[in-house]
Formats: sequence, structure tokens, C-alpha cells
Amino acid sequence: MYDFQFARPTSLDEAVKALSAEDAQALGGGQTLIPTLKQRLAAPEVLVSLTGIRELRFVRRDGDTLRVGGTATHGMVAREAAAEFPGLAGMAVRIGDPAVRNRGTIGGSLANNDPSACYPAAVLAANATVVTNSREIAADEFFDGMFTTALDEGEIITEVRFPIPERANYQKFEQPASHFALVGVMVAKHADGVRVGVTGASEDGVFRWTEAEDALSGNYAPEAVDGLTVSADGMIGDLHGTPEYRAHLVKVLTKRAVAAS
Amino acid sequence: MTKVSMTVNGKAVSGEVEGRTLLATFLREDLHLTGTHIGCDTSQCGACVVHVDGQAVKACTMFAAEAEGAEVTTIEGIAAADGTMSPVQKAFQEHHGLQCGFCTPGMVMSAHALLAENPDPSEAEIREYLQGNICRCTGYHNIVKAIAAAAAEMRPVAAE
Amino acid sequence: MPKDFGIGASSKRREDVRFLTGKGRYTDDINLQGQLHGYFVRSEVAHGMLKRVATEAAAAMPGVHRVFTAADLESAGGLPCGWQITDRFGNPMHEPKHPVLAEGKVRHVGEPIAFVVADTVEQARDAAEAVEVEIEDLPPVLDMKAAVSGDGPLVHDEVPANLCFDWGFVEDNRDAVDEAIRNAPHVTTLELVNNRLVANPMEPRVAIADFDASTGDHTLYLTSQNPHLIRLLMGAFVLGIPEHKLRVVAPDVGGAFGSKIFLYNEEVACMFASIQLRRPVKWASTRSEAFVSDKHGRDHVTKIELALDDDGTFLALRTDTLANLGAYLSTIGSVTPTYLHGTLMAGNYKTPLIYVNVRTVFTNTVPVDAYRGAGRPEATYQLERVIDKAARELGIDPIELRRRNFVQPEDFPYATPVAVEYDTGDYGAVLDKLIEIADLAGFEARRKQSEANGLLRGLGVNTYIEACGIAPSNLVGQLGARAGFYDSATVRVNATGGLVVMAGTKAHGQGHETTFAQVVAEMIGIDETMIEVVQGDTAHTPMGMGSSGSRSIAVGGSAVVRATEKIINKAKKIAAHLMEAAEADVDLADGTFTVAGTDKTVAWGDVCLAAYVPHNYPLEDLEPGLEETAFYDPANFTFPAGAYACEVEIDPETGKVRIDRFAAADDFGNVINPMIVEGQVHGGIAQGIGQALLENCAYDENGQLISASYMDYAMPRASDLPMYVVDHSCQTPCTHNPLGVKGCGEAGAIGSPPAVVNAVLDALNSGGHKVDHIDMPVSPSRVWQAMQG
Ligand SMILES: Cc1cc2nc3c(=O)[nH]c(=O)nc-3n(C[C@H](O)[C@H](O)[C@H](O)COP(=O)(O)OP(=O)(O)OC[C@H]3O[C@@H](n4cnc5c(N)ncnc54)[C@H](O)[C@@H]3O)c2cc1C
Ligand code: FES
Ligand code: FES
Repeated sequence: MYDFQFARPTSLDEAVKALSAEDAQALGGGQTLIPTLKQRLAAPEVLVSLTGIRELRFVRRDGDTLRVGGTATHGMVAREAAAEFPGLAGMAVRIGDPAVRNRGTIGGSLANNDPSACYPAAVLAANATVVTNSREIAADEFFDGMFTTALDEGEIITEVRFPIPERANYQKFEQPASHFALVGVMVAKHADGVRVGVTGASEDGVFRWTEAEDALSGNYAPEAVDGLTVSADGMIGDLHGTPEYRAHLVKVLTKRAVAAS
Repeated sequence: MTKVSMTVNGKAVSGEVEGRTLLATFLREDLHLTGTHIGCDTSQCGACVVHVDGQAVKACTMFAAEAEGAEVTTIEGIAAADGTMSPVQKAFQEHHGLQCGFCTPGMVMSAHALLAENPDPSEAEIREYLQGNICRCTGYHNIVKAIAAAAAEMRPVAAE
Repeated sequence: MPKDFGIGASSKRREDVRFLTGKGRYTDDINLQGQLHGYFVRSEVAHGMLKRVATEAAAAMPGVHRVFTAADLESAGGLPCGWQITDRFGNPMHEPKHPVLAEGKVRHVGEPIAFVVADTVEQARDAAEAVEVEIEDLPPVLDMKAAVSGDGPLVHDEVPANLCFDWGFVEDNRDAVDEAIRNAPHVTTLELVNNRLVANPMEPRVAIADFDASTGDHTLYLTSQNPHLIRLLMGAFVLGIPEHKLRVVAPDVGGAFGSKIFLYNEEVACMFASIQLRRPVKWASTRSEAFVSDKHGRDHVTKIELALDDDGTFLALRTDTLANLGAYLSTIGSVTPTYLHGTLMAGNYKTPLIYVNVRTVFTNTVPVDAYRGAGRPEATYQLERVIDKAARELGIDPIELRRRNFVQPEDFPYATPVAVEYDTGDYGAVLDKLIEIADLAGFEARRKQSEANGLLRGLGVNTYIEACGIAPSNLVGQLGARAGFYDSATVRVNATGGLVVMAGTKAHGQGHETTFAQVVAEMIGIDETMIEVVQGDTAHTPMGMGSSGSRSIAVGGSAVVRATEKIINKAKKIAAHLMEAAEADVDLADGTFTVAGTDKTVAWGDVCLAAYVPHNYPLEDLEPGLEETAFYDPANFTFPAGAYACEVEIDPETGKVRIDRFAAADDFGNVINPMIVEGQVHGGIAQGIGQALLENCAYDENGQLISASYMDYAMPRASDLPMYVVDHSCQTPCTHNPLGVKGCGEAGAIGSPPAVVNAVLDALNSGGHKVDHIDMPVSPSRVWQAMQG
């Protein structure tokens, strides 16, 4: 690792200020960033830890919305969203392992936008709003291809607001080595229609499977997607699965998510 | 260099660390608590698992500075003060849940965290909880047996 | 009644308390006064001309002491290969130089080019980035078939067609086998890959070299399975350090599985640097480095043909294998795919004619060498796969087909057509035991249940045999070994009756401290706690070949027995003197010497005291003291054998395979500590299942390692594996070693891969998918692909 200054602000304002410095970078739970730093693939001058900011660490219901603070850990969401939004809690509890879930945060996961990460599928399917220190970003505007998001330099995810769907479920088919999602599908049935978020599959990162959404909005049943096919074009092909295999899994997992929701 | 202070295995400790100093490095090199092992650099093997404020974390994936003010427990602090091994440690020996011993500290720390959350885990729950702890020697069979046995040992006897 | 001490007791391991309380002492836990840290600049390309390595800028960086390159190491030799293979035309194998730091060319991603030594690791790493390396890329040699075609690029200019050697075994059988196959009523052919693996002990390699200029002593702390071998190779062959001035210490070792047998570049570089800088130099591998620098395992491409008559009698077997050596010949890289593989091709069967052809190939990949099982898993896998295929083709039950061809109990000793003689065994009994413990009677009902749940269930059953207890020195010497394969023990009895066993072997997870103590406790009849076992330090143990090839109990344990027998013989002489009896009348049992037909006794402790305080002692006939050393050279290999059953369930929608049941019945001969033996089998099975379902060390077309971390190299986790049912109650004791033991360290990894793959194929066929073959690892993606037809 290259060395850096370590800052641990206790308020959002201090954090924003610290992050305005040249080559400053936010540190959430570190579960992605620390391994990256070890490989010397990043070289921040200042690392601004967000976990000391109490106000960003919460999970609470507010009417029909579940509000998750930007540094809420996966473990917190798994426990504290279980009653209000079991589909989300069920997703969070499948991320990594217990020790990773005790540190890794929603903000870090979304900011990182790994093409195999779980949260992006949930955010898209739930039609969540990503709240930052300066604005609110709709889910459909947030993800911008693998490892890229709408976030500006130094912008901090402070909260994510999930409209609570009527029914939802996340199905994850694990990549055998990393146990990230080889393909992961979140299906959420809202009063005004169904949304399907797919992670792990596409070279463009997380995406919505809109044909399935239309079919499921008409008939919320696994068979509704039977007639659809997912094209292998643009799907990831690697050691663990061909594009065709991933495309096939998208459909299988969508059906399973509907059945399990 | 910044100064960090924390409690490790019940003792107040402090030291000067760089920003990049990992908790695992601080434990191993500054405090000479070499029971916390390093088995990978991608945060997957779990040989480094310790407890920070009661939660299992990978000490290789947390900076020492982040543990400022925290209560840290390592494998060296899990036995009773008189050296009596914990029920988990005893069960690992009794059921041959270790061979080379390298994954063992992390396994024991994860097992304790599991049993604190779930005093009566099923075999599947034990296996699932060990997702982040790799053992190359035992094939896990005896680790699973040991944790189940420790759970039974630690559970308060249900009133008839 | 299970025994509670000595041979046959499941004694709890004395190693455990230190490991469980964080008090284990692994190499990386050691830090020496004044120690410097090293970091390697490694090749990022698979193949290229090394045009320039400029170190000036790096050498001027903060904290840097020296930057070494090949130019500095001119005085050092290359890393030697310990086994000279003669090819089928009578020529010696090609042995291109294996330099410590790349010379002239780089030949694999990860090959060390320069070694930076600085005050801290991070400084060394900073400086490593400042080393300027200029490489002119060459096309990489990767695919073995293309590599040997003769018109591609060469890894070593002096090795035509990248062929290290072309080995035929037994060459004299070649024509007879060809003819038998030509004339056979039925020939089953299978082409398969034995996938490349990375051993991945959880403890990465570490070396600390410490040259003391004041005494001329060199000390090397190393993650090693065989410190004496390292001392010999490094001292005599590479750095020219007299062995009495080189001490190699292997403290607690966190797993190895073969990967810590070999002499590696890194420890040589550390010692060289320590000598130059007169400071201790430490290098600790990261896991990322381990993937590109630890020797890999397996990596064979094989065509196997089994000739049978109409009722399934095996008539002849022929195999044609390309074995990957990687970029350089590793320490035992030449013998792993040859003698450790070819000699096992008879399996448990009476195939009268066998011919094995192995061509070993240099490629631009990490060198390949022994990994748990080493050659024997490769043999078992192809044989047990082709038998299942033949069973399907002939419509014979695969278990029955095996049984028909077994070597029978009355056939032992049985000389195979591949040059080994099995001393003993009862393969039918082991198979019967397996059928019982695996509840094969219940399989059909379980299959129906799975089908009702929408899943495909399959069963794979196979046997295996292995040659362990490596090895008779005179035999292996004739075959090209450049070392002896005896092992050794010194037993030092103290004046107060306790004793220390100093072993030439070196456990790295197997619990020898416990097992060896059990053996000695049994022989003398004293408490195990009176016995200490010392290992892993060339200064404190007699020359031995270390722990590998399931040899420690069969060879090392036999040496312990022999040394203890010498102790007992001498002690009896002393006891006879003390009791004024004839030596021949003295017995030792339960730690007490008695004289037949009298009530005279003398305690073990009193004899020990007399040996060291020889006031009443036959000094004219006997030296005082009680310390003996034995070297044991085995008369033959040992031949553990077993039968394994695997049941899988396949999710036909995703192709995911789940191991539902796994049973193993093994014949290890006598068993010293059943608990430890079962643990060894569990671990071996997990690695075998790992190979079959998960693990895949893969390169891309540029020679970059794709599976270069746990993000892509799938290590078996708890949730991938079932509980195992294991049994070792079938025991045909080895006939030629004093304990009647055969060894158990590798069996699980040898017997399990074919069981898993055969089970997967059975499941697929039961679901109407006509699939004859699928390569390991049987990933969900591959299974799904196979189901698509
Ligand atoms: C062994 C292992 C297994 C894993 N398995 C899974 C899995 O199955 N599924 C899955 O989805 N993920 C998985 N992960 C990743 C994990 O979820 C991480 O926690 C997550 O990707 C990053 O979150 P973090 O809080 O750790 O962020 P960090 O690592 O601290 O940061 C990641 C990036 O986000 C930025 N950042 C952090 N917080 C914020 C914020 N609040 N606002 C703006 N930017 C921010 C950082 O600057 C950095 O660029 C795994 C990780 C590990 C180590
Ligand atoms: S060392 Fe591997 S997870 Fe921490
Ligand atoms: S006991 Fe060796 S890695 Fe688990």
C-alpha cells in the first residue's frame, strides 16, 4: 500500500470538507477499497473514513419508505430491514460473509458499482433514490456501466431511500470462487408495476430486464416470463460462465425470485 | 504517524501507526500478538478474524486507526484468564477441528461470533457462517462437528 | 473398547493447544534483530527477451540496501532437479538451467527478475516499482499440443519442440500392448484433462535467511516440509555452503500439500542477500505472489484406451499423456508425471498388459510439480473414468465390472505390468465395506426422491490404489533419483526416563508430535506425556527426507520404531545387569522390566538412571547413556487402497452440482491414531472434490494467470462440502515395515475426483442426457453446457 493521511471526521460537513482536498477519497467499510489499496491500484493522499459519522449509520422506516443511512453495514440491513423489507434484508444477508457484512456499507457498495455486486440490483428493482450530500439521484440515473456512477468527485452517499414494494425477492447464483453474484436478480412488485434488476450478467453492469417487467406487471407469476428470451449479446463471458449461460440464468433466477417473493 | 489507543484482550494499548497500518499488522507487529494470521490479500480467507466491539471482522481489512477506542479481542484473549480454553477451543481439540492450525484462530473467532448470534445453529447455518473462513486441511467436517459440540456445551440447559 | 493410549488410540493432539490459543510459531511470526525485508520484481509477461534491468534509481530510494539481479548471482548455480529421467530411447532428459533470477529471458508471469532489499517491506516494494525492466515480448508457449508440434516458439532454445523427454513405461511392453488393443473385441477410449491446480496451503511461503559473519553460520527459517533436503540442495548445489555451516529450520508449517517440498528461488535469493549484506533478510509471500510463484500441480492431457473382452475382462491398457512442466524443471517435477504416475496405472486390477507414454512439455507457465497425491491422482482419475465409460458401453454394472477384474487376496504379492509389486490388499472386502457404509442399497430410493424434487441424482463408485512410503533407495536410484529416500530418527532418553524423539520427517498439519509419541509409548509402555517429538530443524534432527508422499509413518515411523528397538535392546542389557539375569530372559512391558519365571522387576526409570549414572553398570561391555539413531530404508512401497462413493444432485435448470453424500472406505493397514487418520481422509476428499467441482488454474492466451486470487480460484468452502462417512476398518497390514502401516495423507485426494465426475455423468445420463465425458472442474456452466447437447 502507498501511505496516506487518515482522517476520521465525525460530521458530514467535516467529511465533505476533507474530501474536497486534492486526491482525497472516501473510505466506507473498506471491504473493497482496502484490498484495492493493497494491490496498489489506488493511491489517495487522504483517506476520509466515513464510519465515524454517527448520523449516516441508520436503518429506519418512514411511511412507505425504508431509509438506509450511507454507512449502514450490510449486517445492519440484514437485521434491521428484516421486518419492513424482507426482500432487501434477504439480499443483504447474502453479501459476502459475516465479517464482510459487519464492515461493508451500502454507500461503498453503490459507489463502487461492481458489475457483480448485489446492492445495485436491489436499488434498481426497488426504484430507490440515492441521496448524497448535494442532491438526490434516481436509481435509473445512478448506475453508469461497470464501476461507474453518477457520483461526482468527493460526493458522499448519505442515504438510500427504498420505496417498500408489495413483494420482493433477490436470487443470487454465486460465482464459485468469489461468491459474488455470477448472476443476481432482484424482482420487486410495486403498486404501479414490477421492476427487475439484474446484476453480474452484463458487460454494461447492472440493468433492468424491461421485457420481464412488462410481462410480470401483467401477470405476476413465474410462467409469465416463460416466453421471453434473454440475449447473450453483451453478457459477460469468463472462466465461470459463458454469455449464453449467464443469459439463461437471468431467466431462471427471475422466475425463482417471483416464486419466492 | 498518528497515535491510536484501543483495548486489546482487556488491556489498554496504544501505539504510533501510519495511515496504512492495518489492524492485523498492528496486532502482529506492534503488539506481537501473532495468533492473528494473514492468509490472503483479497480479504477472503478469514485467517485474520478478530472481534472489534463484539463483532467478527477481518483484521486485514480494517485500518488500525479505525479501531481507535475499540474493544478488540484476538485469539490470544479468548481463553479464560487462568488459561482454561473456551468451549469452542476445547471442542476444536476434542473433535480434531484443526490440522496445521493456520486457519484456526480465525475459525475459532468466527465460531464464537456465530454462537453469540445463534446459540443453536444447524449444520447448514454453521457452514454458511463460515463462508469467509477457508481451511485447506480439514475438509471442514470436524470444524462443523466441533462448533456444533461447542454450541451444545455452551447452551444453558433448557428447563424441563 | 477403543484404546486410550499408544497405537490405535485416538489421542488428542498435543499440537492443538498452542494452535488454538494463538501460540503457534510459524515462520512469519519470527523477526530477527536487524532484519531487512525483500521484495521481488517479477515478470508481468509470459515470455520475452530480458533486454535491460536498470536498478540505479531503485537502489537510491529511501531505506534500500541493495537491488540484486541475475548479474549479481553469477556465482550461484541454478535450481537443481532431483530426478533424472531417461527417455524411451535411452537419452537423459533435457535440463535447462533454472536460474534464481531471470537470465536473458523471462519464461512465465511471476518469474523473479530482481530482488530489492530494504529496511521495510513497503520501502522494498516502492523501490521495486522503480526498477526499470525492458522486455521484448515473444509469443508464449501455452497449449501443450501446439508446444510439441515442433514449429512453434521455444521456451528454452536448447530444447527442441519444448519436449523435456518422451517416456515409455514399460517400454518393452509397447508392441505387445499395441497388438492386444488391435485385436481386442472391445476398446473404450477417453480423452481427458487433469486440471491444473494451485496447492494453496493457508500459510503462504516465508523465508528468513540469517548469515552470521562472526561464525560463518548460515541459518534459514523456512516454510518447509523437508528442511534437510533444502539444506542439501541449497548448500551443495546452489550456493556452495558446506552443510555443517547451513542450518535450516522449519517452525510450525501452516499446510503444504507438496508445495513446500521444493527448493524455490526466493529462499536462495534471501540467503544470497543475507550473505552479501550481513543482515538477516526476510521475504514473506503474499497470496497474490503465491499464485504466480508456488509450484502448480497436475495439468495433464491424456488419451486412455482400455481393451476388454466381451465379459468385461481387462485385456490391455494404453495411455498417452502430455504433462505440463511449466517453464522450468522443478525439484521433483520430472518424477511426478512419470514414476509416480505410470507405476499406478494397473490400479486394483489384473490388467495383464499396460503401456504408459508420457511426454513432458515446457510451457510459459509457473513450474508444475507434486501436489497432494502427485501423479497418483492423475493415474486413478483416467483409469476410473475409462472403466465407467467401458461399463456404460458394455452394459455392465460399473461396480461389477471392477470386481471382475480385481487382484484377488490370493494373488498377493502381485507384480503388476508397470514394475511394482503390491504386497497385500483385499479390494473386494474394501468395496463391500463401502457398499455398506455408503448405503448403496438405498440409492434408488434416494434417486426417486431427488427426481420428485426436480433434481437429477447420480452415483459414482470407484477404487484407487497408491504407492506410498516413498521409497526404496536402491530401486529409485536405478530409476534416476538423485537422493536416497530413507528416513531417520534419534531417540534420546533422559536420565529420569523421559525421552525425546528427533525425527527426520517434518509434519505440517499431520500431528506427528502426537502420533510418533504414541508409537514410542506403546513400545516402551510409558505415558505419552513422557515423550517429546522434535522435528524440522537440521541442527537437532538426523538427516531425513521430510514429509511428503504419505511417507512419514511408513518410513519415518519405521525409523522411530527401529531407534526405539535399539533403545529397548540396550535398556534390556542394563536391566539384565541390574537384575542379575540373562539378557534373553528380560522382558519389557508397561514400563517395567521383568525376568521370565521370577518376580524380579526393575522400572524403566531406574534403567534410564543407571545408564546416565553408571555406578552399578556393565561398563566393560556397554557404553553409558541411552541414545540411539536409526535410518530406515523401506524394502518396498506401501500400497494403501480403497473404494469411494459419491452421490450428487444436479439442479437441471442451473447445472449446479451439490455433493449430497460422500463415503470412503480405505485400507491403510494398521492405524496409529484413528482420529488423525480420519482427519487426513476428510482433508484429502475436500481437495479432491475441490479439483472435481471447483478449482481451475487457468491462463489466458497471453499467458496471464486468470485465476490469480481467491476471486477466481475457487477454494472449497464449508458450504460446498458435505459430512463424509469414512471407514478404515479393512486392514491388511503392510508386510514389510515394522508397524504394518501404509500411510493415509493423500488417499482422499486420489480416490475422490473420479467418484465425483462419474456421479455427475451418472446423474446426467439418468436424466436422458447422453454425456460420456465432462472435464474438471465440473462447474455449473459446464454441466449446463453439457445438458444443451
Ligand atoms: C470477501 C468479500 C466478499 C464480498 N462479497 C460480496 C457479494 O457477494 N456481493 C456484493 O455486493 N459485494 C460483496 N463484497 C463487497 C462488499 O459488499 C463491500 O462492502 C462493498 O463493495 C464496498 O463497501 P465498503 O463500505 O466496504 O466500501 P469501501 O471499500 O470503503 O469503498 C468502496 C468505494 O466506495 C467509495 N465510497 C465508500 N463509501 C462511500 C460513500 N458513502 N459515498 C461515496 N463513496 C463511497 C470509496 O471511496 C471506494 O471508492 C465482498 C467483499 C469481500 C471482501
Ligand atoms: S488475511 Fe485473508 S481475509 Fe484477512
Ligand atoms: S487447519 Fe490448516 S488450514 Fe485449517
